[in-house]
Amino acid sequence: MLPKDSIANTLVVSLALCVVCSLLVSTAAVGLKKFQVKNKALDQQRNILAAAGLTVDRGGQEISAADMSSSEVEKLFEQKVTRKLLDIDTGEYIEDAEATFDPRKAAKDPERSVPVDGPVDIGQARREKRTWVFLVQDEGKIQQYIVPIYGMGLWSTLYGYVAVDNDLRTIQGLTFYEHGETPGLGGEVENPKWKSKWVGKQIYEDGVDVEDASNNDIRVGVAKGAPSSENAKYMVDGLSGATITSRGVDSMLKYWFSDEGFGPYFKRLASQQGA
Amino acid sequence: MAAPSAKEVLLKPIFDNNPIGLQILGICSALAVTTQMSTSLVMSIAVIAVTACASASVSLIRHRIPSSIRIIVQMVVIASLVIIVDQILKAFLFDISKRLSVFVGLIITNCIVMGRAEGFAMKNDPKLSFLDGVGNGLGYSFILMVVAFFRELFGSGTLFGITVLNPVTSDGWYTPNGLMLLSPSAFFIIGAIIWVIRTFKPEQIEEA
Repeated sequence: MLPKDSIANTLVVSLALCVVCSLLVSTAAVGLKKFQVKNKALDQQRNILAAAGLTVDRGGQEISAADMSSSEVEKLFEQKVTRKLLDIDTGEYIEDAEATFDPRKAAKDPERSVPVDGPVDIGQARREKRTWVFLVQDEGKIQQYIVPIYGMGLWSTLYGYVAVDNDLRTIQGLTFYEHGETPGLGGEVENPKWKSKWVGKQIYEDGVDVEDASNNDIRVGVAKGAPSSENAKYMVDGLSGATITSRGVDSMLKYWFSDEGFGPYFKRLASQQGA
Repeated sequence: MAAPSAKEVLLKPIFDNNPIGLQILGICSALAVTTQMSTSLVMSIAVIAVTACASASVSLIRHRIPSSIRIIVQMVVIASLVIIVDQILKAFLFDISKRLSVFVGLIITNCIVMGRAEGFAMKNDPKLSFLDGVGNGLGYSFILMVVAFFRELFGSGTLFGITVLNPVTSDGWYTPNGLMLLSPSAFFIIGAIIWVIRTFKPEQIEEA
């Protein structure tokens, strides 16, 4: 056997250790992937239900999405939510959608993405051309439109959903399902109290029709400090200690509702409703 | 040096030589994850598992580890174990792993794990090292659970998510203490625990 402190032994030990450890780690990562993917999909469905503010009735009690069991989430999602693939630039649905389409992969693919060039900076170089949107139906009528949003916070990209009422100008809910912001500060975007403040906020300047709204008419956002009484119908109070995360959320909303984001989609919906 | 007995190694770190209470190690995660008992419990189990397995593995190869790279070797072992634990949590306890967020990953930098590998496992056999890891993990868990008990009870009026003190927000009588949900409260509680332990064990008091 080699002497313990010789260079040869040092190399042998470090090499052997690296091989053993990487084997263990990759086995765990690969072996558990199936469960993790399932958890993530379920979490996404749960967040869509949460953004829509849907509840289930369990023995006379209203259970919100956060407290539903996995089977309740799956069942309710199946019942009420339809997924549509949207061409963001034209605002039209794409009928022959592949079920496995992944918008995040598309955003990285130059063929299937476009440079982000909006009124505000969301810290992303490109965004996908197509994405999944979700329609919440009740009694045969579409009640809410849920669109995915994302953008840079302080440390990480925040991914979330916004639910818009079928009047196309009122926010019904906002939730983030993935981010790496500081717990307790920027991480408070997940705080139910803060999320509940979004319900009922108006997206566009009062009196401006959705169809005619320009990027400057988008008023929804995060205020620094408590919003003034004039702004209170559009804006929510920023998170204290999380200026940059709050600013990120603000930019994100302004971008995704702009004509470079889901503007064409909402305008198409509005003109169809008007017709 | 006589080898310590198994019982001693397992139980001593809980009161006599508590890693948080006496050695003041691993404070960061103790502040971060103790707002709820359920997250603290999962964190405790994760730390016990990592400390015990890391100590046992390091001890198993201690005669082959060249002293020049021993810290790196310990780090690699610890980091691998932490990643495995993190993967398992993400697969089977997704909800809690989301709430623990980065702190599972940060077990790697928890001084308790490294301290036991370097301070104990390098000199003792795998069985004792394993028990020592469990013991120190338990010492950490004990403090974590006590802190979480007070923080969850007074901060949210619940224990393990079950309402004990009915808060005013749901038409009860209890006004939750917001300070308890913030990190500084953990400092106060840990300070109080150290005070209580040292009242009963005056030999832990350092000379000024």
